[in-house]
Amino acid sequence: MKITLKIWRQQGPNTKGHFKTYKLDHVSTDMSFLEMLDVLNQDLIKKGEEPVAFDHDCREGICGMCSLYINGRPHGPLQTTTCQLHMRTFSDGETITIEPWRASAFPILKDLVVDRSAFDRIQQAGGYISVNTGGVPDANEIPISKKIADEAMDAAQCIGCGACVAACKNASAMLFVSAKVSQFALLPQGKPERKERVEKMVAQMDAEGFGACTNTRACEAECPKGIQITNIARMNREYFSAMVSSYEVAAGEGGAG
Amino acid sequence: MKLDSKVPEGPIGEKWTRHKFNLKLVNPANKRKYDVIVVGTGLAGASAAASLGELGYNVKAFCFQDSPRRAHSIAAQGGINAAKNYQNDGDSVYRLFYDTVKGGDYRAREANVHRLAEVSVNIIDQCVAQGVPFAREYGGLLANRSFGGAQVSRTFYARGQTGQQLLLGAYSALNRQIANGKVKMYNRTEMLDVVVVDGKARGIITRDLVTGKIEAHSAHAVLLCTGGYGNVFYLSTNAKGSNVTAAWRAHKKGAFFGNPCFTQIHPTCIPVSGDHQSKLTLMSESLRNDGRVWVPKTAIKGLKAKEAVAIKEEDRDYFLERRYPSFGNLVPRDVASRNAKYVCDEGRGVGSTGLAVFLDFADAIKRDGRKVIEQKYGNLFDMYQQITGDNPYEVPMMIFPAVHYTMGGLWVDYNLMTTVPGLYALGEANFSDHGANRLGASALMQGLADGYFVIPYTIGDYLANIGWNDKVGADHPAFKESMDQVKAGVDRLLNIKGTKTVDEFHRKLGLIMWEYCGMSRSEQGLTKAKKMIQELKAEFWRDVKILGGSSELNVELEKAGRVADFLELGELMVDDALNRSESCGGHFREESATPDGEAMRKDDEFAYVAAWEYKGDNQPEALHKEELKFENVKLTQRSYK
Ligand SMILES: Cc1cc2nc3c(=O)[nH]c(=O)nc-3n(C[C@H](O)[C@H](O)[C@H](O)COP(=O)(O)OP(=O)(O)OC[C@H]3O[C@@H](n4cnc5c(N)ncnc54)[C@H](O)[C@@H]3O)c2cc1C
Ligand code: SF4
Ligand code: FES
Repeated sequence: MKITLKIWRQQGPNTKGHFKTYKLDHVSTDMSFLEMLDVLNQDLIKKGEEPVAFDHDCREGICGMCSLYINGRPHGPLQTTTCQLHMRTFSDGETITIEPWRASAFPILKDLVVDRSAFDRIQQAGGYISVNTGGVPDANEIPISKKIADEAMDAAQCIGCGACVAACKNASAMLFVSAKVSQFALLPQGKPERKERVEKMVAQMDAEGFGACTNTRACEAECPKGIQITNIARMNREYFSAMVSSYEVAAGEGGAG
Repeated sequence: MKLDSKVPEGPIGEKWTRHKFNLKLVNPANKRKYDVIVVGTGLAGASAAASLGELGYNVKAFCFQDSPRRAHSIAAQGGINAAKNYQNDGDSVYRLFYDTVKGGDYRAREANVHRLAEVSVNIIDQCVAQGVPFAREYGGLLANRSFGGAQVSRTFYARGQTGQQLLLGAYSALNRQIANGKVKMYNRTEMLDVVVVDGKARGIITRDLVTGKIEAHSAHAVLLCTGGYGNVFYLSTNAKGSNVTAAWRAHKKGAFFGNPCFTQIHPTCIPVSGDHQSKLTLMSESLRNDGRVWVPKTAIKGLKAKEAVAIKEEDRDYFLERRYPSFGNLVPRDVASRNAKYVCDEGRGVGSTGLAVFLDFADAIKRDGRKVIEQKYGNLFDMYQQITGDNPYEVPMMIFPAVHYTMGGLWVDYNLMTTVPGLYALGEANFSDHGANRLGASALMQGLADGYFVIPYTIGDYLANIGWNDKVGADHPAFKESMDQVKAGVDRLLNIKGTKTVDEFHRKLGLIMWEYCGMSRSEQGLTKAKKMIQELKAEFWRDVKILGGSSELNVELEKAGRVADFLELGELMVDDALNRSESCGGHFREESATPDGEAMRKDDEFAYVAAWEYKGDNQPEALHKEELKFENVKLTQRSYK
C-alpha cells in the first residue's frame, strides 16, 4: 500500500519544529506501525536525510516506551500501544499525521521523542512500600482475597506510557498516578503508608505541571492497558481522607525512611 | 591466569551459609564511604542498586531507556520459580537445584545453582512485601503453576506479566532509594567503557544519549547488570535496545567471556512476515499443552493457514508426535525448535516464507469446547490475531523458533566477580547458572537472586578488603585516556560516511549467526561463518553510513556502536561453537549425534566452562577451562523418545 506521512520534525529541545511530508509506496499491511517508520528511516538515510527519532524498545506493548500521537489520537486509532498497531488498520492512500505527546510536563527532546521523567519523579515521591531487602514475613503470611489481588493487578498493569496525559485536554496525569495509588491502597502491605503516599504523589504531580482532572474520561478511552477511571475516584477518596488527618507534605521531599 | 571459581568448601547445602559467615563485613558507619556503580536497571540491576542503597552504599545507576522501569525484564511473561513447596507436591530446594542442573544439561556450577534454589524462597517473600500482585487462590494464598515441563507446580506468576510486576517491584524499591538520596539515577545514558587502574575496576565512561556528552564516573566497584546479547541474531524476542556493548567493552578490558555460544531458541514465536520484520514475538510455551504441531507430508509452496483446514488428516505430518511418542508436542524447547527447522529445511515449511509450522487447536476445541480453550489461552489468541490478522479459533496458528535468551555471558566466580577485581556481572549478563540450557521461569529468579540476595553479601567482602581509601578519582589520567578513546571511537564511526545503513549490517550478521551458529551447527558451517563475519566486519568499518553528529540524540550512532560490538562477539560465538564439538543443551552439533539423530553430550571431553580471554584487536582469543565437578547430581543423557 501507499501512504503519505506528515511528521513533526524538531532538531532539539530549544529549536522550533515543523511538519514535514513524506510519501511511502512500499508499505505492507503486515508491518507494525514502528516497522513502517523503520522503512521510512532506511529510505531517508539512503537519501542523506536524517532519520526520524522516536522512542521504542520492547515492541511488545509492555515497556511503555513507544508513544506517538497518530491522527489526533495517542497510539493511533486502536486502544493499544503504537508498537502493537499494524498497518492493516490504515487504508491505501491514507495520509497519516504523526506528532509527539504534547504536554508541558513532557518536553520534546527531538522529533517524536519526549522527556517523561516527570512520571519517574512522581513514583519516587511515594510509589513504593517501605521495606528493605530481607527480614520480611513468609509470602503466605499475608493472605489477600483473590478479588482484591485481581483488582490490584488491574491497576498495576499501567505501563507508564503517558497516553492518558496526551489524551487529556488538561494534560492531567491523574490516571497514571491513581493506578499506583490504587494498587497499594487495595493491598494490605500498602495500608501503613497510604496517607503519606497519596499526599506526596499528588503534590509531586502538581509540582510537575500536570493539569487538573475534569472527568472527561479521555484518558480511560485511550489507555492501552485498560486502566479504569474508578482508580481516580479511589485516589480522590484516599486523598481527602488523608487531608482530614494531619500530614503536611511538601513536593519533592524524600521518601519515608 | 588460572580460573578460580572460589566455590566454598563443605556439603552443597551448607556452602552458602558458611560462605556468608566467612565473608568480611563493612562496618555500617563506613558503608557511606564506598561508591558503587550499577549499570542496568532490569531485575538484576534494580534489585542490586536498591539493596545496596538500603545498606548505605552510595550508588550510581545507569540505563539507556528513558526510565529504569523499561528494562527488558519488563517483557517476561510466564513466571518465576521458587522452591516454596506451597502445593505440597514434593518440591524442595534440592529438587529445584537438581532440576536446574539437569535442565542445563550439566554445564552449570553445582554450588551456584544450589544457592539460587536456596534464595528462591526469599525472593517471593520480598516481592510480596513490596506489593507485587501475584496470582492468588480463592483462599487468599498464592497460586502456582507448572511451567516448561516441570513435574511440580513451583512457578509464581502475575497474569501473563510476571516480569513487569517483578520489575515494577524492584523499580519501586529503587525509587525509594533515589528519593532517599542513596541512589543517583542516570537515564538515557549508555556505558561505553570500564576503566581499570592497577588491575582493579575503578569506574566507567558513559555517553549521555540526549546531549552526546561523554562523562567519567569513578567508584570502588562496578556491577554490570546489562542483560543478554540475543540481538546478535538481529531478530530475537529481546527488546530492540538489548545489546552486548557493556559486557563486550568489559571483556576487552580483561573480563573473560563464558560459553558465548550457548543460546536458547524458543520454539513458539510468531514467524517472520517479511523483510521489514524488526523483532519476534514470543507466544507462551503453554500453547503446546493443547496445540498440535504439524506440516504437510509433502511440500506445498506458500501454504496459508486458511488452506490448511482443508488438508486431510492422512496428508499431515505431526512430526513431534511421530518422532517422540512419549513426550509428543511437549518435548523440551531445543528439541521442538530443531525439529521445526528440519521440516522447513526439507521444504515442508508453511506460510509465505516457508519458515513456519502449524500449531493447531482444532482437536482441542473439538474435545474441550471453544470456551475452555478461550479461558486458557484467550489473551494469547487475541495477541496472535492482532499481529497476524489470522483467527486461531478457526485456522491453525503458524509458529517458528526464535532466539530468546543467552546462557553465555561474562564469566564470574561464586561471588559474581568477573576476572577483573571489583567488576561484577549479574543477571543475564553473566554466564549464569543455567548451563547449556535454561529452564522456563528461572531467569527472573536468577536476576533477583543475584541482585537482592547474593551481591549485597559478596560485594562487602571485596570492599572491606580493599578499604575505602583505595579509590581512584575521575580526574585520574586513566579516565581521561579512556574518555579520549571513546570519543575517538564515536568520531571514527561518524567519519566513515559510507553507503549502507547500520540495520543492513545488523540484519546480515543476524542471518549468518542464525544459519550457522543457531539451532544446529557443524564444523564446516561454522568455519564458513567465521570468514563471512570477518568480511562483514571489514565492510562495516569501510561502508557504514551514519548521519547526524555526536553532540545530539543520534539513534543511528547508538545502534552503530552496538552492531560494531555484535560483529566482534559473533566471531567469538563461532569460535566457541567450533571448540565445543559436542551437542549439549540448546547447542546441537551435527558431528555429535546418536545414530537416530539425537543430541549426544561428551562429558569426558567437555564438562567445562569455556572462558575466553581477549588478546587484542583481530587476535585469536585464548581459551581457559573451568572444570565442572558433579558431586551431587548424576549425569545422564537426555531422552524424550
Ligand atoms: C519475551 C521474553 C519473555 C521472557 N519470559 C521469561 C519468563 O517468563 N520467566 C523467566 O524467568 N525469564 C523470562 N525471560 C528471560 C528474562 O526476562 C531475562 O533473562 C531477564 O529479565 C534479564 O534481566 P536482567 O536484569 O539481567 O537484564 P535486562 O532486564 O535486560 O536489563 C538490562 C539493563 O541494562 C541496561 N543496559 C544495557 N546495556 C547498557 C549500557 N551499555 N549502558 C547502560 N545501560 C545498559 C538496560 O538499560 C537495562 O536497564 C523472558 C525473556 C523474553 C525476551
Ligand atoms: S494509565 Fe494507561 S495511558 Fe496512562 S500511563 Fe498508564 S498505561 Fe499509559
Ligand atoms: S515499544 Fe514497548 S510498549 Fe511499545
